[in-house]
Amino acid sequence: MARRYDSSTTTFSPEGRLHQVEYAIEAINNAGTCVGILARDGIVMASERRITSGLLAPAKTSEKTYKLCPHAACNVAGLTADANILIDQARLRAGRYHYQYQEPIPVEQLVEHVCNYKQSYTQYGGLRPFGVAFLFAGYDEKHGFQLYQSDPSGNYSGWKATVIGANNQAGKSLLKSEYGSSSAEMADEGEETSPDVAGALRLAVKVLNKTMDGTAAAAEKMELFTMTLDESSEVVHHILTQKEAQEVIDQVEAETASAGDS
Amino acid sequence: MDTVFGIQFKGGVVLAADQSNARSILVYQNNLDKVTKLSSHSAMGVSGPNADMVNFTEYIAKNLALYELANDGTKLSTKAQANFCRNELAVALRKGPYQVNLLLGGYDEKDDAGSLYFLDYLAALQKVPYGSQGYASNFCLSIMDKEYREGLTEADALLIIEHCIKEIATRFLINQPNFMIKIIDKDGVRVHSFGGDPADT
Repeated sequence: MARRYDSSTTTFSPEGRLHQVEYAIEAINNAGTCVGILARDGIVMASERRITSGLLAPAKTSEKTYKLCPHAACNVAGLTADANILIDQARLRAGRYHYQYQEPIPVEQLVEHVCNYKQSYTQYGGLRPFGVAFLFAGYDEKHGFQLYQSDPSGNYSGWKATVIGANNQAGKSLLKSEYGSSSAEMADEGEETSPDVAGALRLAVKVLNKTMDGTAAAAEKMELFTMTLDESSEVVHHILTQKEAQEVIDQVEAETASAGDS
Repeated sequence: MDTVFGIQFKGGVVLAADQSNARSILVYQNNLDKVTKLSSHSAMGVSGPNADMVNFTEYIAKNLALYELANDGTKLSTKAQANFCRNELAVALRKGPYQVNLLLGGYDEKDDAGSLYFLDYLAALQKVPYGSQGYASNFCLSIMDKEYREGLTEADALLIIEHCIKEIATRFLINQPNFMIKIIDKDGVRVHSFGGDPADT
């Protein structure tokens, strides 16, 4: 039934759906998982590193995390080649804004720009949509640290914590129960409080453990990224070293092991 | 011929400009307002041909308004506004230049301070504590050099403006009887005084 209406991006189906966009979203559900968590003092983005072949040379910096400008970075789930085009767009936009205003681009404006670009591929030209979902992490003066998620339709929204890619529903349900309610950060009235970066890292690893279900947690299979402010209020982008990542994994392991005891 | 000058004080900026609209030997009017409000907390004093003055200031003011509408009420800082202006001047420079020289003043809540920017028709930009455009510079800059100091009050700044106006009235060849003075501080842009009421037709 959908056959007749699904080959053109620029045609609605009788049910009011854009099938090409939906198929693009499907493509991402097969991609490596990415978790994003907004902490009190920063942002954590953790991704699954899918090593398809032992012969592959390791990526020089990352194949999941990309710096867009001094105060923003993104994680990719989906077709990397598509992502590269969009990342270029984002970097250009951030640079041009800074050239024009001599100030860093507000994070939401950057996200909206990329999303508007994605949207145009669902409406004009008969080209297929981008098969990419992003997690954007950024800091600006007005709103502090922010986490956004965007998909091939060009829609975006701000999140306290979210997951994209394979098994994202499982990841999201874990976040729903665990975000803001870990015993260390619980406020007296039991209201939700955000974790600090260290807590967020542990939570992210927990989520990845769940989504990577079946494969043992190992530092080489995960990429952990943090965005924080240093003492002079400059944004710091940091991809954890193997050693640092292993520490977090060990902490999580210890936590889950002792969880059954009390 | 236009006289524009401005001084930063603690918590704001004063901008002043003459009100003559003249060409060659004819004075068209004596109540022109050359200090245009750009946004809630910024304004620019402009000198140059009337057409460019109006065209440029309206273009910038409307673009700043569009930015606020498009971005959920986010205001651009004075620095960002000044750099935006500079960029527009720079782009137009090698196509159809705007022959305007400006002093852009604004107040930023974030630092609770005023700031003043000097821009000229070649798209130069410089943040300054005080400044002037046009022939006035020959008379005013030395007065401001001598009398300006950090942490001026609004009253102090207005006193310096008065000195400058008096000097121009005494020593400048061109007769400029009326001056528009505006103050920008935490309460926004307001008219302090004028010689000729711009509203008089």
